Amino acid sequence: MPTAPEGRPSPEPCRVTVTKEGPLLLDGPVEVTLDDGTVVRSERFTVALCTCRRSRAYPWCDTSHRRRTKR
Amino acid sequence: MQDRIPHAADAREGELPPARGEVSEGVLAALRGPAGGPVPGPGAVRTADPLGDDLQLALYLCYELHYRGFHGVDPAWEWDPGLLALRQAMEGRFLDELRARTEGGPDVDAALDALLVEPVDGDGVSHFLRDKGELWQLREYAAQRSLYHLKEADPHAWVIPRLHGRAKAAFVAVEYDEFGGGRPERVHARLFADLMTDLGLDTRYGRYLDHAPAEMLANVTLMSLLGLHRVHRGALVGHFATVEVTSSPGSRRLAEAMRRTGAGPAAEHFYAEHVTADAVHEQIVRRDVVGGLLSDEPALAPDVAFGIAATVHLEDRLGEHLLGAWREGVTSLRKPL
Repeated sequence: MPTAPEGRPSPEPCRVTVTKEGPLLLDGPVEVTLDDGTVVRSERFTVALCTCRRSRAYPWCDTSHRRRTKR
Repeated sequence: MQDRIPHAADAREGELPPARGEVSEGVLAALRGPAGGPVPGPGAVRTADPLGDDLQLALYLCYELHYRGFHGVDPAWEWDPGLLALRQAMEGRFLDELRARTEGGPDVDAALDALLVEPVDGDGVSHFLRDKGELWQLREYAAQRSLYHLKEADPHAWVIPRLHGRAKAAFVAVEYDEFGGGRPERVHARLFADLMTDLGLDTRYGRYLDHAPAEMLANVTLMSLLGLHRVHRGALVGHFATVEVTSSPGSRRLAEAMRRTGAGPAAEHFYAEHVTADAVHEQIVRRDVVGGLLSDEPALAPDVAFGIAATVHLEDRLGEHLLGAWREGVTSLRKPL
């Protein structure tokens, strides 16, 4: 890890990946503060954060953003 | 990591099942003696149905030697040249049949895109179980799925040395999650054993091998076939991507089925965990595992597409078998639980 001049580790930038139609991907663990103040945590190595607001596991992605078709 | 969690599903070998025909009888007879003993010649598989009970069980037995083996069976059979020659003949028949049934499949992107669309009026196994599944059907489902889930993610681990860079790093990260992220109580195979306990099933490894129909065996032999051969690394990645991409919505429905029938907290948890876990895995597998492999080895694209098509075909075939039986109100297994 690169070190700052005074010998402390320099902070790694928080890495976020934007996907085309789905969630934001973040390196875990992640702590999310929801609108009502509730704090939820995920320990997963990568966390998929729902952006479509349709997830029934909000704030985590549950693939509810997927296109739905009549067959 | 010194916490040892005693569990019936841990580290036990399976028992040899009864034969289902001439080929599996020949393999079983061989396995009962020391390695190096007589094995049916490759000619024995020429007339067997490549997706039928006999050949699929014989193939399953050969592959199982690479996982946990069988109680009382000489471990040296794993690399016995005579048995490997027979296995190769069976693999040839199996692969030829899968290629014939999936000919002219779409390219990788089209194949993955097709999996990403959720039909509003889906009528697959998970839809059936969510809407009207009864506890006995959930038990049958879990009993046969245990052939894979009690070794969940193991068949895929064989591809690791054959991947590099981005594909390898991403693949291993997903596998680490499957194996509990360093915590034995979170290993997915363990979570499945807990589900089985909730459903009153026996968690001993291989306990339901004899119950499982050929349609289920073929799903598991496919993974072992693709995992064990470096030449099939592209197809293995296609298979893995298919499982991860389709798992999340199906797991949601199965979690609902477990809740509705009061199957128990561990039964519900197994599928609920897969809803959010596989929503992440899907992203990683599509972007970095498939994307990484194809940027390293673009020539593997048809193999990846074949892995996807073969997996979808065998899953559909299993689904038809299960629903066909359950709609008639009869068991989907070869013998009742």
